[in-house]
Amino acid sequence: MDKRLIGEARLARFAFGATVGLSLLGGLLIVGQALLLSRIISRAFVAGAERSELTGLFVGLLLLVGLRALNQIGIQLTADSVAIRVKQALRRRLVAHLLKLGPAYTREGRSGELALTATDGIEALDSYFRDYLPTLFTFLLVPLVILLFVLPVDLLTFGVLLVTAPLIPIFMVLIGQMAGTLAQNRYAQLGQLSAHFLDVMQGLTTLKLFNRSRAQIQIIARITDQYRQSTLAVLRVAFLSAFVLELVAMISIAVVAVEVGLRLLYGRILFEQALFLLVLAPDFYQPLRQLGARFHAGQDGVAAAKRIYAILNHPLPDAAGPVTVPDFTEIRFEAVSVAFAAGERVALHPLSLTIKRGEHLALVGTTGSGKSTVANLLLRFVEPDNGRILLVNKDSNPATSIPLNKVDTNAWRAAIGWVPQQGYLFNVSVADNIRLGREAAGDAEIEAAAQAANADQFIGQLPQGYNTIVGENGTRLSGGQAQRLALARALIRRPEIYLFDEATASLDGNNERIILENLRTLTAGATVITIAHRLAAVRRADRIVVLDNGRIVESGSHAELIDRRGAYFELLQYGEI
Amino acid sequence: MANLLTILRLLRPFLKQLLLSLLLGVLTIGSGIALMMTSAWLISTAALQLGITSLGLAPTAVRFFGLSRAVFRYLERLVSHDVTFRLLARLRVWFYERLEPLSLVQLQAFRSGDLMGRVVSDIDELQNFYLRLVNPPLVALVITIGMGIGMAFFDGPTALVLVGFMLAAGTILPLFTWWSGQQAGSQVVATRSRLNTHLVDTVQGLADSLAFGHQRQQAVLLHSAGSDLATWERRLGRLDSLQGGLSLLLVNLAAVSVLWVAIGRVDGVLLAAVTLGSIAAFEAITPLALAGQHLGKETAAAGRVLEIVENVPAIPEPIRPVSPPANNFVLAMAGVTFRYGPGERPVLVDFSLTVPQGGCVLITGESGVGKSSLINVLLRLAPIEAGRITVGGVDLNRLPHEELVSLFGVMTQRTHLFNTTVLENIRIGRKSASQADVVAAAQAAQIHEFVQSLPQGYDTYVGEGGALLSGGERQRLALARMLLKEAPIWLLDEITANLDPITAVKVMEAVLAAGSGRTLLVMTHRTELVDREQFDQTISLTNMPDQAA
Repeated sequence: MDKRLIGEARLARFAFGATVGLSLLGGLLIVGQALLLSRIISRAFVAGAERSELTGLFVGLLLLVGLRALNQIGIQLTADSVAIRVKQALRRRLVAHLLKLGPAYTREGRSGELALTATDGIEALDSYFRDYLPTLFTFLLVPLVILLFVLPVDLLTFGVLLVTAPLIPIFMVLIGQMAGTLAQNRYAQLGQLSAHFLDVMQGLTTLKLFNRSRAQIQIIARITDQYRQSTLAVLRVAFLSAFVLELVAMISIAVVAVEVGLRLLYGRILFEQALFLLVLAPDFYQPLRQLGARFHAGQDGVAAAKRIYAILNHPLPDAAGPVTVPDFTEIRFEAVSVAFAAGERVALHPLSLTIKRGEHLALVGTTGSGKSTVANLLLRFVEPDNGRILLVNKDSNPATSIPLNKVDTNAWRAAIGWVPQQGYLFNVSVADNIRLGREAAGDAEIEAAAQAANADQFIGQLPQGYNTIVGENGTRLSGGQAQRLALARALIRRPEIYLFDEATASLDGNNERIILENLRTLTAGATVITIAHRLAAVRRADRIVVLDNGRIVESGSHAELIDRRGAYFELLQYGEI
Repeated sequence: MANLLTILRLLRPFLKQLLLSLLLGVLTIGSGIALMMTSAWLISTAALQLGITSLGLAPTAVRFFGLSRAVFRYLERLVSHDVTFRLLARLRVWFYERLEPLSLVQLQAFRSGDLMGRVVSDIDELQNFYLRLVNPPLVALVITIGMGIGMAFFDGPTALVLVGFMLAAGTILPLFTWWSGQQAGSQVVATRSRLNTHLVDTVQGLADSLAFGHQRQQAVLLHSAGSDLATWERRLGRLDSLQGGLSLLLVNLAAVSVLWVAIGRVDGVLLAAVTLGSIAAFEAITPLALAGQHLGKETAAAGRVLEIVENVPAIPEPIRPVSPPANNFVLAMAGVTFRYGPGERPVLVDFSLTVPQGGCVLITGESGVGKSSLINVLLRLAPIEAGRITVGGVDLNRLPHEELVSLFGVMTQRTHLFNTTVLENIRIGRKSASQADVVAAAQAAQIHEFVQSLPQGYDTYVGEGGALLSGGERQRLALARMLLKEAPIWLLDEITANLDPITAVKVMEAVLAAGSGRTLLVMTHRTELVDREQFDQTISLTNMPDQAA
């Protein structure tokens, strides 16, 4: 049981209450049915009653049988309703929270795990609310109701049931732990098996090229056999505990039968009462056996809840300030420093940098020099650990300089056209992926943007042209094609600031040339920030800033830096132009 | 259904264990029925107060059946699960055996994640094939027949009523769940997968969503998919709960009907036994509802597995193989035409190329013009439509694939590293290579010093997909691997595409130095990073399909 999960059920308070109420009613119906059944048999057997004399009782019995079926339907329907509503609400909250947490949270190598929590994690709650919880209520309520009715009938049987009853929670806990390890173990084993197969599938060509793919048959045979043996080892333990549980239930039924039978011999109990007890005994143990079978659903649900609440309880970054984007003449970084992994990895040492409005600034440097951190700071995906970023207006009022974190984030981002190294393509049409840049864009504008990004040709060759669905993260497209779509998406935005983060890195020389030429005219007048290690993309910038290990080592125009024969010149030695 | 029969045939080697588990299943439920019937007879007889001897062995029998039921259940689970997991292990190996000989083109029709899903999740789903689909109906059938015969000893009409109910419930319940699965189950699965696609999109494309202010639309998409899912889940839930109620109704209705018929026809002392025995017998019937539920799932899973397994390799091995060239490695392609599939645009059209032994050829061209296809064609990973490829005058089609592969060393832009040690990753080049051989290759590939700087040196694990290594390190590792193979012809496809210029130039220099004396085909679109004077010949590939048109 997870308190937070039960708390979620308040969304469906009525349905949840109904599940509990109907479970209790179910216990009463079981007792009622046993009562009528034993009375009919006792009348027919002991009193030798004819069938016609028993019609009334039979009608009553049929009524109870019908009610039990309806009650069962009711329990499942209400539990269903709770499951569906809780899942939907939690899914919405989770997504809303993730969107607020932003890429700084999702990027730390856990996007796969987060996607799994949002999909399979939420679905695990389905079984929790639909199967596990109703069984748990039945388990708690039905034996209790039965005990209550057995007490006035026969003290000895009450005693037998009561003595075996505490064994139930004991074995419950045992089985629970078994089921837990069983699930974890199997999950881990299956994970290993998956990882190995994925490795082999992805490297199959490599294996073939080295004549090693046949040899994998033996390895796979060995691994699958290990998987089988360890799965069975865990299953054997689980079966053993189920065996003990079943044994307790079955032997207890036998004990009740023999114990009432012997007293019947000496007339110390009525046949009808004895039969009533015998009919009820299996029903007393039935919920316990069911709960054992459903325990893993409960375990899975609790495990999933842990992962879900870990995300929901992650504190949100400071909400964006209400200030609209001011008229600014420059963006100023004042001694901004950033470190990741709890200060372990320094991305930027205190860095000061001024970007003038309308200028074309290029950031160059090797991988890990801190170029992309600057982009993430501008997009507010990352916040400075120290220092601040200011939007400064020099002309109208030198005193007005507004910190970036006071500005409304959405409005600020709306002013930026961002082209990352690997732009994510959504699983919608090509046109809709471009339209992401500006929702209101018409078909003609989309085609124009595609043309500017030199993408119109390959789009024309796709089966449905602009209406082709690109597949999950653009699996239908090559890296270069995806990048050109990401470029078109930024161009159609006609933003104040262009932010190109390795935007032309996966393009071949020819495409890059055409696109860079187009960009020169299209971005004229806008502020352009280009991050690249391909020098063709930066040589025309007004100013080039060279970063190394999170520090600025050089800055100036292409010609100035060439003359200086410093870090830029060294980079150039290996480059193109 | 045909798919399920194919899987059924795979069970044949386990026939003995299967029969044993069937027998144990029948004994389990049989013990349950016997426990209730003997108990009921015991108290009925005791009620006649004829003394303890009138009970005979009943008190002992009751305890025995209580015990035996638990024991049989335990044994039945052990045997049936053992068989099931043996079958799964066999299926996985079989899957790979059939997958391995397929051509690259055939394999490319499936994503690696998809193939992994089939070999892991789908085959795992098939564990329910025997446990839920084959075993329970057989047990139910035997129990029904047994109950019919047993009850007939007491009274014919009573037996008929019970068997009638058992047969009806055994047919209706699985049919109902199967039907409700068809009605709503498949829609739930489809809607859920649509919702999951949106969810994955949202999480993985979070940065892009935020940067473009798309979060609201993304949320709207999610909510609409979520509402659709809830609608279908409600429908499925209604059908499921109906099934649960129906199941309970049929059990109790059967017991009441049996009692109604039995009164006056069956000896009074047996009335309780007949009624309670009927309820216990339904333990064989109610699990059949699950069989109906699983039928669709198992059919789909079996279909997905067999879709791969039943592929016939597109490129058969030569019937009369010849021996490979021994010391003449002149490579000649004449009039080669190739396309990835029927109806696709041709990638190579009437392509000819001759490279002398030890020659060094630069092949340039934009991405997508067919540079990589050359490798697939040369290594017979994909079938050509027309033309002839020879090495040292030997037609490559006449060589067994293993011999053919030995002729070529291949490096591509994305080197796959296996999640094992550096040593084992290099040793893929030659299985028999000693540690000294591996070190020598690493030295030639200029990666030895780097490997020694790693925490466990050559025994360091490279992580999933070689995640712990940089692009340049991966390519050097690939070079070491290729060096070990000692192939006379090297095919180098965009080997510096993912590297920054400085690393790219260094890697290319290392490869060309290590490969001197061998026949080299270097394919790249980054011509600025290579020194053309190092090559004997430069071929510029242009967009072939346009030429053809």
